[in-house]
Amino acid sequence: MTTKTRPLSPHLSAYKFRITSALSILHRLTGVALSLGAVLLIGWILAIASGETAYQHFAGFAGSWFGQLIIAGFVFGFYYHLCNGIRHLFWDAGKGFEMSTARASGGAVVGASIGLTIVTWAFMFVL
Amino acid sequence: MSLKSPLGRVLGLGSAKSGTEHWWSQRLTAIAMVPLSLWFVVQMFGMSSFDYNAARAFVAAPVNAILLLFTLLYNSMLGTQVVVEDYVRGARKVVMLVVLRFAYIALGVAAIFSILKISLGTA
Repeated sequence: MTTKTRPLSPHLSAYKFRITSALSILHRLTGVALSLGAVLLIGWILAIASGETAYQHFAGFAGSWFGQLIIAGFVFGFYYHLCNGIRHLFWDAGKGFEMSTARASGGAVVGASIGLTIVTWAFMFVL
Repeated sequence: MSLKSPLGRVLGLGSAKSGTEHWWSQRLTAIAMVPLSLWFVVQMFGMSSFDYNAARAFVAAPVNAILLLFTLLYNSMLGTQVVVEDYVRGARKVVMLVVLRFAYIALGVAAIFSILKISLGTA
């Protein structure tokens, strides 16, 4: 087999930075990250089921600065994946494929997810 | 004249044998996650930080956790499966797909077990 010597398709660095492609890979990254978040969410439920002592251990970690940092990160990942997921659903319905529309909806997604994240952070840490 | 067998034509699954089920399930769970996840976030806002009894009561209401977790895990499973299919090659891909599938089943079973334990009051 000579598969290993075959040329690779153009390396990522051959492509110019584009907001659309950056948002596309960010959708996958946040999706994978949120899947790890789902594991933590189930860990939360397992801790509740294991009784109050086990739950206090979990709550202690989640309440620490490191736990809060992780949760703060998940907040942005969640809002981004939600907003961009809705953008994807519009594409699935065959709408919004023009380059100008795709760029504008991308900007709207970034704006909305950052805005929602800041509001949520304010609720979590300030109010 | 089509070379497809009559059964193949009726099933309409093509050579991949799974048709559009994966694609369609991913969209349906994605649509369902929009209200479900937002509602979860709103619930979390209302919950005082890490109070045991409040958390218990939230998970004990069967619709709460089961509806959200099923949709979340299903959406996550379909999504990570595509990521592995896209970026991993050869035998490693097959192993990862199998491990992922088992991990999701284990997570789901662990979640269901815990929810039942909490809501039936044996915890």
